[in-house]
Amino acid sequence: MTAAIRERLVGAPLPQGLEPFGGVTARAPHLATRESKCGRKLCSSLEDAIRASGLKNGMTISFHHAFREGDKIINLVVDTLAAMGFRDLTLAPSSLLSCNAPLIEHIRSGVIRRIYTSGMRGKLAEAISNGLMEEPINVHSHGGRVHLIDRGELTLDVAFLAVATADDFGNANAVSGRSRCGSLGYAMVDAARAGKVILLAEQLVPFPNAPASIRQDQVDLVVKVDQIGDPSKISVGAARITSNPRELLIARLAADVMEHSGWFENGFSLQTGTGGSATATARFLEQRMLKKGIKAAFALGGITGSIVDLHKKGLIGRILDTQSFDAVAAQSLAENPEHWEISTNTYANLTSKGACSDRVDMVILSALEIDLDFNVNVITGSDGVMRGASGGHSDVAAGANLPIVVGPLIRSRIPTVVERCTTVVTPGETIGVLVTDHGIAVNPNRPEVAERLKAAGLPVTTIEDLYGRAVALTGKPQPIEFLDKVVGLIRYRDGSVIDVVRQVKG
Amino acid sequence: MKIVREALAGTLESSDLMVRIAPREGELAIVLQSEVIHQFGPQIEAVVRGCLAKLGIAEALVVIEDKGALDCVIAARVQTAVSRAVDAWTADWSVLS
Amino acid sequence: MKLRRSMLFLPGSNAAMLSTAFVYKPDSIMFDLEDAVSLREKDSARLLVFHALRMPAYRDSGIETVVRINPLSTPFGMKDLEAVVRAGVEVVRLPKTDTADDVHALEAEVERIERECGREVGSTRLMAAIESASGVVNAVAIATASKRLIGIALAGFDYVMDMQTERGDGTELFYARCAVLHAARFAKIDAFDVVFSDVNDDDGFLKEVDLIRRLGFNGKSLINPRQIDLLHNAFAPTQEEVDYSRRVVAAAEQGEKQGLGVVSLNGKMIDAPVIEHARVVLRRAEASGVRQ
Repeated sequence: MTAAIRERLVGAPLPQGLEPFGGVTARAPHLATRESKCGRKLCSSLEDAIRASGLKNGMTISFHHAFREGDKIINLVVDTLAAMGFRDLTLAPSSLLSCNAPLIEHIRSGVIRRIYTSGMRGKLAEAISNGLMEEPINVHSHGGRVHLIDRGELTLDVAFLAVATADDFGNANAVSGRSRCGSLGYAMVDAARAGKVILLAEQLVPFPNAPASIRQDQVDLVVKVDQIGDPSKISVGAARITSNPRELLIARLAADVMEHSGWFENGFSLQTGTGGSATATARFLEQRMLKKGIKAAFALGGITGSIVDLHKKGLIGRILDTQSFDAVAAQSLAENPEHWEISTNTYANLTSKGACSDRVDMVILSALEIDLDFNVNVITGSDGVMRGASGGHSDVAAGANLPIVVGPLIRSRIPTVVERCTTVVTPGETIGVLVTDHGIAVNPNRPEVAERLKAAGLPVTTIEDLYGRAVALTGKPQPIEFLDKVVGLIRYRDGSVIDVVRQVKG
Repeated sequence: MKIVREALAGTLESSDLMVRIAPREGELAIVLQSEVIHQFGPQIEAVVRGCLAKLGIAEALVVIEDKGALDCVIAARVQTAVSRAVDAWTADWSVLS
Repeated sequence: MKLRRSMLFLPGSNAAMLSTAFVYKPDSIMFDLEDAVSLREKDSARLLVFHALRMPAYRDSGIETVVRINPLSTPFGMKDLEAVVRAGVEVVRLPKTDTADDVHALEAEVERIERECGREVGSTRLMAAIESASGVVNAVAIATASKRLIGIALAGFDYVMDMQTERGDGTELFYARCAVLHAARFAKIDAFDVVFSDVNDDDGFLKEVDLIRRLGFNGKSLINPRQIDLLHNAFAPTQEEVDYSRRVVAAAEQGEKQGLGVVSLNGKMIDAPVIEHARVVLRRAEASGVRQ
C-alpha cells in the first residue's frame, strides 16, 4: 500500500529537505502493535526506565520536593543511579531537606557533581557548608528555578517525578491514591520542560486518570514504585500548628498589621506561608474579616489547613496552591473546585507570562535574619551554616503590595534583627514591615504604611530600636569566621547572583 | 571559697545551660560547649570567669553546656553550682549581683 | 492609678520563660518561688529570679514585678525575701496568709532588709494571698495590716482543700470571693481572683472573667500568656459604654461651665456617682481599648 501511494509522487520533485511518505508506522513504530501502542511508556523497573530515558554521565536530573521530609524518591533514584554506575550528574530538585542526608555519600563518590536547589537542611546542608563539594551549589527561589530553566542555564535532561497515581500513558496526580501530597506545582514545571519525563507512580490506575496534573503528552516513561513518600511528614519542619504563646503573640500583631495596612478591603488577597506564626495569623484574620464584613478574593502559595478553613467559611474565594502543606490542604485540592493547583511558573516566575505573585496584596514571610536595611536571610543560620530554603521568599516579596516579615526578635540567644545579614536572599527594598514579639518596624520606604499602623495604635518603632533591644538582651554577636571558598551561590529570582555563601571555618 | 564536691546546676532546655563544677587543684579549667559559641563564646566565658572571680573561686573544673542562655541565666546557674559545691554557703547578694 | 488586671505567673526555675515573658506585657508578672518550684530547685530558682529582676528588660518594661516567696515558716522563705528585696522587686507576694500577724512578720523583715541594703524604706510593696478558711475569715484584718499592701489575692486550690471541697463552677468560691473583695474595698486596695488552669478552655476562662469582673475584682492571676489578651479585652468597656460615658462627661462639663448644679442628659438627671463612673469607664478604655 505504501508503495502504491509512493507512486503518486513519481515525476514530482520534492523541495529540498522533505521526504516522501514512508508508511504509517515509519515514524511511529509504537503503532505497529496494540501492546506497543498503549504500553510503550510502562517500564518494569526503575533501572529500565533510566536506561530507556537515555540518561548519560554529566547530565542533569530533576525532582520535586512536595513530600518534603517524607520524600522517598530522591534518595531512591540517586542510589539506583549510583549502583548503575552514573557519574558527574547535576542534581536539580526543586528543594532538598534533612531526609536527603544520604546524598552526602553520592557527592563524595562523584555521582553528583553539581546541585541546583531552593534550599537544604540537616546533615547534607552542614556537609556542603563545610566544603563537601568542589563546585558551589546554586540556591534559587521557586520562581527563579523556572527562570533558570527557561533561560537555558539549567537544562533538565531527565525528570524523575513522584506521583500518587498515574495511568500507563502518564496522566498523573497526587490528590488520589494512597500517598497524596496534593499540589504537584513543582513537578508541573519539570513535566513541561524536561527532555525526558519519567513518572514514578505509587499506584497505576486505568486510563484516563483524572485530574491530570501532569498530562500524558508530557510524559515519556512510567514506572511503578512501592512508595513515593510519607504525607504525614510534609508538615514536619517548616510547617506546623502552634500553641506557642510567643508565636501567637507575633501572629496577632501580624494580623493587626494586615488589618490596618490599607489593603484590608473586600476582595483583597493574601499569602500566609507555613511558619508557626504565619499559620496562626490566618486564624486571627478570621475574626477581623468577619467584623469588617469582608472576604479575600484568593490565597496563594503554600497552602495549609488554616487557609482551607477560611475558604470553607466563605472568607477566601479561591485557593491557588503550589504546594499543599498538610493533609487538609491536599484533601481540599482533591475535592474543592475553587482550590486550584498552579505550577511554580504560574506562581512566581518573573519571566512567566503571568505570575500570581504579582497579584497578591499581603504576604507573611519568615526570616532567619533581617538587617537594618531590611535585607532578609532565610538560608544560613547565624553560625554561617546553611539550614533553610529560599522558597518563594524573594519572588513574592518582589510582587506583593505589602510583604510582612514575622519572627521572634531573638531565638534563644540568637538575634533575628542584625546589623548585617550573614547572607542576603531577599533585598530589603522589597520588604514592607517587620513584625516581632518586641514590636513592629516599617521600612522607611513605606511611610504611608507606618502612618496607618501608628494611627491604629500599633507598637510601631524603628528597626534600629529593635536591633538595640536585641543586642541589649543577647550582647553583640561576633562575626562568623568564613574561609575564602564559596560553597553556595545565592541566585536572585532574575538569575543574578545576589550573594555568596562561603565555607564556615571549622 | 573552695570547691569541695562535684555539683550540677541548670538544665539542657533551650535558653538554659547545664553547669558542672568539680574540685581541681592548682587551676581554673573551663570547658565551654555552646550552641552559640561562634557568636558568643568569649562573652559567655567572660561571664563565667567574672562570676567565679567574685566568689573567690580560683581552682575548679567547670564544664558548661549552653543552650543559648542569656548572661543573667548563665550567672544564676554558675552561682547555683558553686553554692552546691562549697561547704557552708551563705549568700552575699552584693557579690552575686 | 496602677492597673492590675493581669498577673502572669512564671515558674521561677524556668530560664526560657524568664528570658522572654516581658514581651507579653501583662500588668504584673509574678515570679513564683513557691509551688511551681520543686524542693531541690529552690536555690537555683531564687538565683534565677534574683538576676531576672535586675534585667533592664523587666525594669524598663512598665510591668510590675511580683515575687511569690515561700512562707517564712519554711527554710526557704527568708532567703527568698533577702534575694528579691535586694534585687529591687516591686511587690512581695506572701502565700498562705492566715492572719494579720503573718503580714506584720513579713513587713518587719522587709523593713530590716531595706535598711541593710540601702533601699528606701517602704518602697517594697506587699501582697497577701489568702488560701484558707482562716485567711478568708481574717480578710479584713489582713487587708488592713500594712500600708505596704497593694492588694490581696484569693488562691483557689489550697482554699477549696481547706474547705473540704473541690474546684467546680465557682459556687465553692462564692463566699471567699465576696469576703476577699469586701476586705480589699474596705482597705482600699486591689483584689485578685484565682487562676483558671485549663489554658485550652477559652470559653470557660472568659465566663469566669466575666463573673469576677462583674463582682468587682481588679484582675486575675494567669498561668499562660495566651490568657492576657483575652482578659484585657474582657475588662475593656464596650463601645456603647464608652460613647455613653463620653456624653455624660461632656454634659457634666457643659453644666459646670454654665454653673448648673444639676445636669441632665436626654431628660435623665446625672449626678456625681454617674459622672465619676463615666470617668472610670473612659480611663479603662484608655488602658484597655474598646472591647472587640
